[in-house]
Amino acid sequence: MNTAHPPFSPDAFGPDAMIMKGIDGMNWRLKDYESRGGYAALRKILAERIPPDAIIAEVKKSALRGRGGAGFPTGLKWSFMPRSFPGQKYMVCNSDEGEPGTFKDRDILRYNPHSVIEGMIIGGYATGASVGYNYVHGEIWDIYEQFEGAIAEARAAGYLGPSILGSDFSFELHAFHGWGAYICGEETALLESLEGKRGQPRFKPPFPASYGLYGKPTTINNTETFAAVPWIVAHGGERFLELGRPNNGGTKIFSVSGNVERPGNYEVRLGTPFATLLEMAGGVTKGRRLKAVIPGGSSMPVLPADVMMKTDMDYDSIAKAGSMLGSGAVIVMDDSTCMVKALERLAYFYYEESCGQCTPCREGTGWLYRMVHRIETGRGRPEDLDALTSIADNIQGHTICALGDAAALPVKSFISHFRDEFLHHIEHKRCAVSVAGGYATNPGATLRAAA
Amino acid sequence: MLSSQATEKIDRELTKYPPDQKRSAVISALAIAQHENGHLSAEVMDAVAAYLGMPPIAVYEVATFYGMYDLEPVGAHKLCICTNLPCALRGSVEAAEHLKRKLGIDFNETTPDGKFTLKEGECFGACGDAPVVLHNNKAMLSFMSKERIDQLLAELSK
Ligand SMILES: Cc1cc2nc3c(=O)[nH]c(=O)nc-3n(C[C@H](O)[C@H](O)[C@H](O)COP(=O)(O)O)c2cc1C
Ligand code: FES
Repeated sequence: MNTAHPPFSPDAFGPDAMIMKGIDGMNWRLKDYESRGGYAALRKILAERIPPDAIIAEVKKSALRGRGGAGFPTGLKWSFMPRSFPGQKYMVCNSDEGEPGTFKDRDILRYNPHSVIEGMIIGGYATGASVGYNYVHGEIWDIYEQFEGAIAEARAAGYLGPSILGSDFSFELHAFHGWGAYICGEETALLESLEGKRGQPRFKPPFPASYGLYGKPTTINNTETFAAVPWIVAHGGERFLELGRPNNGGTKIFSVSGNVERPGNYEVRLGTPFATLLEMAGGVTKGRRLKAVIPGGSSMPVLPADVMMKTDMDYDSIAKAGSMLGSGAVIVMDDSTCMVKALERLAYFYYEESCGQCTPCREGTGWLYRMVHRIETGRGRPEDLDALTSIADNIQGHTICALGDAAALPVKSFISHFRDEFLHHIEHKRCAVSVAGGYATNPGATLRAAA
Repeated sequence: MLSSQATEKIDRELTKYPPDQKRSAVISALAIAQHENGHLSAEVMDAVAAYLGMPPIAVYEVATFYGMYDLEPVGAHKLCICTNLPCALRGSVEAAEHLKRKLGIDFNETTPDGKFTLKEGECFGACGDAPVVLHNNKAMLSFMSKERIDQLLAELSK
């Protein structure tokens, strides 16, 4: 179900929802969260003086993996924070959600912000960080302001600030907003941005755990990752793990967009068949056939319909099928979609958003876009497809951050799975798609001048 | 160049960062200044630099990097429509064409009466509500069909 207009049904996110269980769009305030059992995990930790290492161990046991894109084990990441570091340490939440197709963090923040706040406080406790920042995507201003309100509520209730709930643990949290730069979702670009600079990614190593915000040890996690933490602490890592599959613990919110009847966020157990998720989203647009799916956000390889229909939605199954779970953005394309045009739009995005720091990415993304644009507009040459693949190969793995890979993977996967459609554009100078009304080449109309 | 309301807001942002890291507030300070002045002229950016004790060049670097800053004057209503793939699959390109026709301008242009500026956006993180339009950087408008666009333009033209 789409959750744009609250109130909506409290099971709008699906019957297996855990983070978004009982959420109706209106019950985001502190007292609502508490009545759902919120802040009980934090209370338990402080009352029972659970050692930080025991919390990290529990998170490790849960097999919670980062929900921001890379799927890195969260407990392991937390354990990298230096224990004995004498100075300030930081906890940073990445709500810069800008990966095309992804819109789950926005729903978490507007409908269940305290789950993120509690998750960050627990993260701070576990890693010894006493200050946190939540970096919110610039385009969702109202959610940034609402989050500031939620922070104020938590502070007034004694969950944030000095000596939380009378304990000797202190944690401060602040909201920060971006201002329109996709690259700031990359964790080290985000840190640069938090420091008031251009968002240009840093070389790694050193990793943020040793050299992060202001040069201090820092842990960065995605919004949804933090939102899962209170449940894990309250119910135990084992139970979280059992919700999903081995090495793929818990539930995951998938943002389903594109050619479906009911685009929206659906929270399902990891390992749920794609076919079930598609059904929850109302299936493919009426009267059309599924053609292709990008299962993890625009940066991940596209998969053809038949492969997708046999795949389960968890990190390892999607990887086996040849793509990645990424941010959990499921972009559905039906038979009215032209694969050349779809790729052209994505290539334009990476060209537009490359920060310009690394030559292969800065120049290569422009080449990729111009070449796909040329094919799309009927001016392609037979040798272009091999050239595209070769440019993509020369970007991938040759840049400071993964934006280069993100630009290369769609190109390679679109061409390898839908080569015939590209060849049709080149040979016939026309689109191969015959189903009208979708995102396909409209002969004669150029949407944007060649860059 | 910065009103007392603006500096008050910037001061509130400054409380979030260590005293020796005032620079962290530059992104929000520039956004605050832009909303007050319509766009970021060199004078406005210099005022932000002076207020935060930063070299002006460091402020220009930020202002030119982030997409939502306007370094040139824009219309009273800046409309930015996302045309990225997930939105395009749900008719955002047609919606953008409709906006262009109704306003008689292309992307990155302003109507002669100074009322509207049209921009093309990249994913706002709201793809489930496509087509989506961002009004003056702060209001996200969802499901912008042709009818809803007509309504919006009529309202804003009043
Ligand atoms: C170009 C680029 C954009 C990214 N955008 C985001 C984003 O919007 N949100 C996010 O959480 N992670 C994003 N990431 C991944 C982050 O670098 C990082 O892996 C993540 O925030 C870590 O949190 P997690 O372990 O909880 O997933 C992006 C990475 C790259 C290379
Ligand atoms: S693609 Fe348009 S909001 Fe995400």
